[in-house]
Amino acid sequence: MLREVPHRILRKRYRTYLLEETSIVKKQTIADALREALREEMLRDPRVFLIGEDIGIKDGWGGPFGVTKGLAEEFGPERVRDTPVSETAIIGMAVGAAVMGMRPVAEVQYGDFIFCAMDQVVNEAAKMRYMSGGQVKVPMVVRVPTGATKRGAQHSQSPDAFFTHVPGLKVAAPCTPYDAKGLLKTAIRDDNPVIFLEHKLLYGISRPGYKPEPGAPPQVSGDIPEEEYLIPFGEADVKREGRDVTVVAKLLMVHRALSVAAKLAQDGVSVEVIDPRTLVPFDKEKVLESVKKTGRLVIVEEDNKTGGWGAEVAAVVAEEALDYLDTPIRRVSAFDTPIPFAPNMEDFVIPGEDRIAEAVRHVVSAG
Amino acid sequence: MAKDENLPERDKMVQMYRKMLEIRHFEEKVYYLFVQGILPGTVHLYTGQEAVAVGVCSNLRKDDFVTSTHRPHGHFIAKGGTLRQLMAELYAKKTGCSKGKGGSMHLCDFEVGMPPSIAIVAAAVPVASGMGLAFKMKRTDQVVACFFGDGASNEGAWHEGLNVAAIWKLPVIFVCENNVYAASTRTSTMMLVKNVADRASAYGIPGMVIDGNDVLAVYNTLHDAVTRARAGLGPTLVECLTYRHSGHSRGDPAPYRPKHEVDEWLKKDPITRFRKKLVELHILTESEVEEVEKRVLSEVDEAVSFAERSPSPNPEEALQDVFA
Repeated sequence: MLREVPHRILRKRYRTYLLEETSIVKKQTIADALREALREEMLRDPRVFLIGEDIGIKDGWGGPFGVTKGLAEEFGPERVRDTPVSETAIIGMAVGAAVMGMRPVAEVQYGDFIFCAMDQVVNEAAKMRYMSGGQVKVPMVVRVPTGATKRGAQHSQSPDAFFTHVPGLKVAAPCTPYDAKGLLKTAIRDDNPVIFLEHKLLYGISRPGYKPEPGAPPQVSGDIPEEEYLIPFGEADVKREGRDVTVVAKLLMVHRALSVAAKLAQDGVSVEVIDPRTLVPFDKEKVLESVKKTGRLVIVEEDNKTGGWGAEVAAVVAEEALDYLDTPIRRVSAFDTPIPFAPNMEDFVIPGEDRIAEAVRHVVSAG
Repeated sequence: MAKDENLPERDKMVQMYRKMLEIRHFEEKVYYLFVQGILPGTVHLYTGQEAVAVGVCSNLRKDDFVTSTHRPHGHFIAKGGTLRQLMAELYAKKTGCSKGKGGSMHLCDFEVGMPPSIAIVAAAVPVASGMGLAFKMKRTDQVVACFFGDGASNEGAWHEGLNVAAIWKLPVIFVCENNVYAASTRTSTMMLVKNVADRASAYGIPGMVIDGNDVLAVYNTLHDAVTRARAGLGPTLVECLTYRHSGHSRGDPAPYRPKHEVDEWLKKDPITRFRKKLVELHILTESEVEEVEKRVLSEVDEAVSFAERSPSPNPEEALQDVFA
């Protein structure tokens, strides 16, 4: 039988392992970590199956980012189900199968394509339980690759806030292999629909002929324990401790914030970087605790600014910890434009380290 | 038309007649209660289409499932939901089938095979395919009957849902209730093919058009489609020609329908026809017919009284059931 290891304990033990028994951790990319999570859950529970486009084709891709590579060979086409190009059918069938007790893990190739199936996500997946007065459950996951990678307006969006806005959906957003694996396993075991956001620059894909994406952070691979573990939803992770300013960031922006934090430390600025890891449920306590300590808050995200998830974080802190703030909250977001193609324009629109550093310096010097 | 040699057993036919009457009298009561201003919100009556829900569901086992629409009362009753829980839901009571959270358009009794009805046109079609996929993967012989209107066949979700059911031979029966109008729009003006069932050929599955006001025709056609689905041979699209006796929803007197058309369809009323048939076949006598009618009427009254004396939900209960 598999055990559910409380995250804090595991992290402590994991750190000990790193010091004492390095042989039992292994280095993996996020793509590997996700694949391992899928594989372990499929081995554990016959109700778990994958459904999406180009995920199990023989000699194919294993999904657009290689995450499901090899799983069709191991589990067969019935449990790694290639579909027609029909996002509405993918999500709608996941809803129907979930209501009947299966545990589908659906995927869309690019996050932008989920808009084709938005009715199924918002009106069916999120509301079936409520409309039934609690009679049915919808245990499904939709894996959603997000983020800008020089592909223009319809393959680049960060649709996070569309989903955090809908009651009935949980939303996960891991940025390390360790978090990706632990959160995906939890998502699959959750009895609710989970939107699982994966940043395209963080996969760390390695397949023949694949060139690494420019702009991908160096931390895309990370250590993962051999031992099974789960990460509960609603527990933010302090990715770096600091005293002077709290930076709340998600997905790729966590890595950019960490890089900025390391550089600013040389100037004597102590930055705390908090990664919520799940946007719904949101661990506001950890953010409030940090803001009460530092008195300053910068929120960094790749979504565009207006009505974004960052606006919600700012509102929560303003409602519940305004008195602790020494300076106004700053948001660093993409500008309110579609994502342009030209690499220099994309880099201008998406928050880079310079904009993050500027915002952090500003709130530190202002108060 | 149904062949007499394929008649269901006597008890089954009586049961079917009774179910049709339950739907009819329930809906007539609901209409009255809405007109009186007693029930909140809106309602889409099933009156006139009873032969479809009953003809289909009479072929289903309790562990088979249906998916339904914004016009779900008939499906709920035909699949085995109780009049009490249904009426209580329309009264927005805590004892309603969806605890007052669903309303007329979101009826659910999962125990009898009715997940919450989906009021987004055609959205239940891929969901039904997914339910069928679950049955196939679990190696059960359960089936799903997916109800939708003629208008649904112009939605993208309908085509995606049918296609996947077809390619994977899923145990789903797609039941089109063609009641001539999509809301107030004549469906014939919105598609060039003559029949919704013609579209089945695009997916390589059988499609047929039947008299949806003849409950025995519906029963027999569905019998074959259900048998086929249970055997793993895949889905069937059955188009049932029928007619709404009322407008699209509460407060729609449907002036867009020519009077002669309404009169013609009223002459083809499914309940009158089936009653005549049952009497002709000596399955029921006139006095037995009256007896059934009386019992159904009193059950409807009992459902109203149950709903009236049931408690309303506490407003705070709105916060429950968002997540499992």
